[in-house]
Amino acid sequence: MRDAPGHLLVVDDNKVNRLLMSRSVEMLGHRVSVAENGRIAMDMLKSDSYDILLLDIEMPEMDGFEVLEALKADPGLRQLPVIVTSSVEGLDNIVRCIELGADDYIPKPVNKVLLGARVSASLERKRLQDEQKQMLNRFATPEVAEHLSASGFAIGGERRVATVLFCDIRDFTAISEFMTPEATIDLINTYYTLMFEAVSSQGGIISLMVGDGLMALFGAPNALENSAQAAVSAAREMLAMTAALNEERAAANDPPLQIGFGIATGEVVAGYTGTHHRATYTCIGKTVNLAARLEAHTKVAGCEILLDQATRARLTDNAYIREINDVRLKGFAEAINAFVL
Amino acid sequence: MSPKFVDTETYAEFRASVGEEFAAELVGTFLQEAPLMLSELKAADASQDPDGFRRAAHSIKSNAEIFGATALADIARHMETSGATTIEALERTLSQTETALRALIDA
Repeated sequence: MRDAPGHLLVVDDNKVNRLLMSRSVEMLGHRVSVAENGRIAMDMLKSDSYDILLLDIEMPEMDGFEVLEALKADPGLRQLPVIVTSSVEGLDNIVRCIELGADDYIPKPVNKVLLGARVSASLERKRLQDEQKQMLNRFATPEVAEHLSASGFAIGGERRVATVLFCDIRDFTAISEFMTPEATIDLINTYYTLMFEAVSSQGGIISLMVGDGLMALFGAPNALENSAQAAVSAAREMLAMTAALNEERAAANDPPLQIGFGIATGEVVAGYTGTHHRATYTCIGKTVNLAARLEAHTKVAGCEILLDQATRARLTDNAYIREINDVRLKGFAEAINAFVL
Repeated sequence: MSPKFVDTETYAEFRASVGEEFAAELVGTFLQEAPLMLSELKAADASQDPDGFRRAAHSIKSNAEIFGATALADIARHMETSGATTIEALERTLSQTETALRALIDA
């Protein structure tokens, strides 16, 4: 099985060793760069991209142990696969490497077949990790994705205060009836892309997409300084982008998209729901229900954005806000005060 | 070719693994580097630098193992782990190893 060629960095203070390792790596079909000691290696790692580090231990200036520690301390390099290649004496030295974060150990002189197997395994592992990160980034901002993968996708919930935003396209079913399936999906995807942009730029995550309906979360899993303001800003941004999109649609004689938002702030239970094999990050609770009902109510009230009291109270921008009293929503025994942006 | 200083089987495996031309080149590089490694060892001993001494012995051992130079590897390993300053013995072994290696690449 041949991998795509990787870029490997060989670090060894001994010239004969460097040459031999480079030769083996090239014979295995990969690109190789070399460094004479740990310090030079760290400089090179910071300025170019490498797939695997082949690290010697006994080196002057900065030895292998120090390199391993420096890698762990650097968030950009922490995930770099490291294979220690050393003829260091003593099992405890080998153990120390593993404890410092080395992924694997190959004794010197390095057997080319063994090296090939270990390099392939490392590259495959890295490829899967990168794929997983990419998939994760589809649902969350890079910061959230980092947080989630660091926490190990733990199934389970936590209670926290967050802002929930629901959004959907008015009468989408009616609009799409006269469109081809391809055009419908295309339109939905354009809408998702814009929503994703607006939500991410305010530090939130898209939690759920059902048809043209979408739920976004602000303040979970990562806390935000003002989740309510972030959600409202995202909604405003989205409306602006939709207006621009609608200009294009008008030019093409397509009906405009009209979207409505319901935003509520309060305690939610958030976490990964599902099973170990299939899960999504979402949240539940009264706040979620309220946001959903408010969104639905925008049609009744004839407005674009409806906020609950808790969200209204946290806003820092001086938007014109109209209050609607005594709103009765399904599932809520008492009437609430809603606020229109 | 003296089996005492270069193990035939190990050397043959090494040569097969990297190719005959590269093997000869690498031996050549070792022959160039060996005097430098020896000087480093002597200098570390003279200046009472245990870490430098250990690293120099370690380098010689590491290279010797590549070519199957077991006698050289053994003495270098002993010096690396115990700090024993048997430099003259190592120098003699190194000299004979160099002769054996030269014979192999000239063959």
